[in-house]
Amino acid sequence: MFNLSEAGIIFKIASIAIIISVFFTFLKQAGRDEYAYMIVLAGLAVVLTMTIPYILELFQAVERVFSMY
Amino acid sequence: MDIMQVIGLALVAVIISVFLKETNSHTNALLVSVVVGVIIFIALLDDVAYILKSLEDLAVKAKVNQIYLSTILKIVGLAYIAEFGSQISRDAGETAIAGRIEFAAKILILVLAVPIMSAVFETIIRLLP
Repeated sequence: MFNLSEAGIIFKIASIAIIISVFFTFLKQAGRDEYAYMIVLAGLAVVLTMTIPYILELFQAVERVFSMY
Repeated sequence: MDIMQVIGLALVAVIISVFLKETNSHTNALLVSVVVGVIIFIALLDDVAYILKSLEDLAVKAKVNQIYLSTILKIVGLAYIAEFGSQISRDAGETAIAGRIEFAAKILILVLAVPIMSAVFETIIRLLP
């Protein structure tokens, strides 16, 4: 029903989030708060750009199936 | 069975989402739930298309006007996608935005339903002497 590459994006998001949180703690401990917040923002942007194509695909699929243009 | 795959994917996503919340990255946890919802929705759309096709065959056999059926299908699709959006907003704790999404969906459904309602009223008026 699902192919494996679709489910893989969940693990990609999870690994990116873990790496980002490790960097965040590291930079915060080192006293670089502004870099810490910036890296959280960058990680969020990366994950968001990975997510948006899926949402677009969902919208197009729903429009196609229910023929609502 | 397909339902086992859906539940397995959903459970994996729930565990990852809870873990991400534990590590203070709530936005990424929300995005994981969005992606899982989208994947399950897309995987089920083929079955939905099969159901809709059989419904259309039935409607053609019963000689129902095609405009009514396509309007109803549009309404069903709109309701599904609005439910998806509002539940994600509610998951993120934004109940107000979820309510606005539902409000917009209700208004748009009413707009789609106006031709059918006017047809019904015209029929009633023609029946009345």
